[in-house]
Amino acid sequence: MLHNYEQWYGFEDGTWKREINVRSFIKHNYTPYDGDESFLVGPTENTIKLWEQVLELSKQEREAGGVLDMDTKIISTITSHGPGYLNKDIEKIVGIQTDKPFKRALMPYGGIRMAEKACKDNGYELDPEVKEFFTVHRKTHNAGVFDAYTPEMRACRSSHIITGLPDAYGRGRIIGDYRRVALYGVDRLIEDKLEQRETTRSAMYYQVIQEREELSEQIRALEDLKKMALSYGFDISQPAKDTKEAIQWLYFGYLAAVKEQNGAAMSLGRTSTFLDIYSERDIKNGVYTEEEIQEMVDHFIMKLRLIKFARTPEYNALFSGDPQWVTESIGGVAIDGRHMVTKMSYRYLHTLENLGAAPEPNLTVLWSVRLPENFKRYCAKTSIETSSVQYENDDLMRFHHGDDYAIACCVSSMVVGKEMQFFGARANLAKCLLYAINGGIDEISGKQVAPEFRPITSEYLDYDEVMKKYDAMMEWLAGVYVNTLNIIHYMHDKYCYEKLQMALHDKKVTRWFATGIAGLSVVADSLSAIKYAKVKAIRNEDGIVVDYEVEGDFPKYGNDDDRVDKIAYDIVHRFMTHVKKNHTYRDGIPTTSILTITSNVVYGKNTGATPDGRKKGEAFAPGANPMHRRDTNGAVASLASVAKLPFRDAQDGISNTFSIIPDALGKDLQIFAGDIEVDFDCSTGACSTPTLFEGLDGE
Amino acid sequence: MIGYIHSKESFGTVDGPGIRYVLFMQGCPMRCLYCHNPDTWKTGQGTPITADEILREFNKNKSFYTKGGITVSGGEPLMQIDFLTELFKKAKEKNIHTCIDTSGVTFNKDDDRYLSKLDELLEFTDLIMLDIKHIDSDKHKELTGKDNKNILEFAEYVDKKNIYLWIRHVVVPSYTDSPEKLYNLGKYIGQLKNLNALDVLPYHTMGVNKYKELGIPYKLEGVKPLTKTDAEIAKGHILEGIKSVR
Repeated sequence: MLHNYEQWYGFEDGTWKREINVRSFIKHNYTPYDGDESFLVGPTENTIKLWEQVLELSKQEREAGGVLDMDTKIISTITSHGPGYLNKDIEKIVGIQTDKPFKRALMPYGGIRMAEKACKDNGYELDPEVKEFFTVHRKTHNAGVFDAYTPEMRACRSSHIITGLPDAYGRGRIIGDYRRVALYGVDRLIEDKLEQRETTRSAMYYQVIQEREELSEQIRALEDLKKMALSYGFDISQPAKDTKEAIQWLYFGYLAAVKEQNGAAMSLGRTSTFLDIYSERDIKNGVYTEEEIQEMVDHFIMKLRLIKFARTPEYNALFSGDPQWVTESIGGVAIDGRHMVTKMSYRYLHTLENLGAAPEPNLTVLWSVRLPENFKRYCAKTSIETSSVQYENDDLMRFHHGDDYAIACCVSSMVVGKEMQFFGARANLAKCLLYAINGGIDEISGKQVAPEFRPITSEYLDYDEVMKKYDAMMEWLAGVYVNTLNIIHYMHDKYCYEKLQMALHDKKVTRWFATGIAGLSVVADSLSAIKYAKVKAIRNEDGIVVDYEVEGDFPKYGNDDDRVDKIAYDIVHRFMTHVKKNHTYRDGIPTTSILTITSNVVYGKNTGATPDGRKKGEAFAPGANPMHRRDTNGAVASLASVAKLPFRDAQDGISNTFSIIPDALGKDLQIFAGDIEVDFDCSTGACSTPTLFEGLDGE
Repeated sequence: MIGYIHSKESFGTVDGPGIRYVLFMQGCPMRCLYCHNPDTWKTGQGTPITADEILREFNKNKSFYTKGGITVSGGEPLMQIDFLTELFKKAKEKNIHTCIDTSGVTFNKDDDRYLSKLDELLEFTDLIMLDIKHIDSDKHKELTGKDNKNILEFAEYVDKKNIYLWIRHVVVPSYTDSPEKLYNLGKYIGQLKNLNALDVLPYHTMGVNKYKELGIPYKLEGVKPLTKTDAEIAKGHILEGIKSVR
């Protein structure tokens, strides 16, 4: 049905008017910006005042031991709380998760025990009626999963060969297309969902029943979204008419999602260039000034920094902190060849200066060699000053996902509103190697976890024998892992369905079935040690190998040495091949990731000594990183090893945590890296432009 | 031909323009009190490597180095001048930017054989980073074990060849931070027409542990690292000196 709202004045036509299609709207209307950051403005008085209030609350929260306030009775839903404010009179963008800032909501649908423990560990007590309700009358995701788990799955879970499974908490990793709320208004979205429900298949296979039930849930969620906005005094049934409304509408969409779900990653999407279309129109028509627009953006980002969830200390240990992963993807290049950097991209990054550095929202630049030079410099500058910008390779991801994908969590790419992910935690491939050596017996507990394959009995490990057994063990692990995830995602859909986020998706959604790998560099180095050095197995009195002695040197992953880098490549490819042999829930497309950015410490703690000389309990390297201090040829060699891993097999992301002393990058150009702007183009062999004396003459 | 290196850094960001592949050559005749790489001093040590191996590694990751190139540092790279020439000759065939980070101490204007070798090397050199430790020859000797005669002659010689020069100077509290000497240094380098940049490096103590490991007494024990502010002040003096002659 064709709509033409008055709020759309001045926008170019496109498919987006005939169907829900934000990408088409962006493509037809956005203005790439090649200029520099000189147009940006500082924070307003109100922004400073509000931010001081937030800092004060943060301080109080820290002093209170990490949590300032918590709901123990009201179950969080889209409409559970009345309006809440920091300071109603001066906030340009409004809306918080509960009725008070810094008060954490109660979200029991993932699992009542987790919710109860989150209360208890933070010094609160869950209301007994709520506990009874979710124990006796209303089943949770967690209860469902444990009803269906097999003994083998439970054993894998408790021995930590599969870790971090989202079976007791929200899986997250779904990005609603929150821009739709602003562009179309909620009524149009409901109309679309009604039409989708009318046009399902009519023979009631269980898939069709599930689809119809979910669509009804989605429609209800959209109705609730309208009610929530109305409680703040905004009617969002119609499209947003200007920048302020567009940000507010969009934020309400996101807010409804974080009121409903305590997901492991609640990412925002790719919103800056979308919003820029509104601000360009408003500036052109004199509706708002740059100061006003930056203030709205600052207040919006401030709200995103207030997103909090009730979590347990164990959860925080696994993720090394209390992350929300409010990831926002910025920049990138369009399929038509234009870059997608706009003034709004600058304004988002500028919040790091106006409000100060912060880990959330996780501002992620989709980096391409084709981004404009000015923007690249601005990103570098902002990185140097704030250490708060994440970068991902757009040239790599655009090939697979086009130009309207966003990052969920830290690296998972998905087309906004068209793709979602079933988050799958990680399989510990280092432990799997130890199982292969010990015939399926856990090296720490001594229990038989995997099937009783024949263990290795020789004193010195033989590469071919180990590889053969390892491959069989990986095949077993992939099977039990994928099937565990099948149960988890079935139950999550059943008991903890993300109805609002899915309401902001198309009817036909591509579902990525994510798996993950931990301990890759440990495995690569271990196999390299077995192949190129001599590794002696040390057994305990029960005959279980509990330690290894490495005699001689061996090539180590992280030095651009093909001998070992090929092993790493091969392991990823083999594991993925085994994963793909399994049935996946809802036709999920298997992917894997190598991205333990934080949980590598916990995985290492639960893994015995490994043949590369790593001691029992020692941390793994994060993600696809080489093991600590084993990369001895500098960063390029180290990155080159990582870059050889097959992205085709690990499309959910390969991460490399890279730390460098800022001074080593020539942080302070004035003193350290040549008293010049080092931008020689030396590719022709001729350096030029001596600028040594710039600035001197003016003295 | 074989070169001997102490180590290599595939991601050099402070030794010349852009991201650079840096080779730290083994061996150095100077014994600078504040040297942070005393493990590069001895000759007859190091890992053997060929120019082809280096270029192969460089080439594999050349997308990182589009605005950078190869830097030979050390130790004192000019002690292995024949190897450098072979390496740079091959690098220039591939249009790779080449840079020598040197103390200039091996220069000898009376040695024709040396000069002809140096001339050949300079044909394939895009940039020289010359570390002048002290402008006062006596102080220089105190600080490094050698006077600065050869070094200043080297600077003038290279300048005549029209090769870009970056001058580096480490500022050590109470050794090289006298405003007058800094000004004089500026006056001197201001006359070099190919002077292209000035690196003022604050003294740091990150190399001290290496001395302990090597069992060499550390003679600057107790000298505090130079602060950033003081480094900026020092730079100001040098720039003043440069300005006075331009």
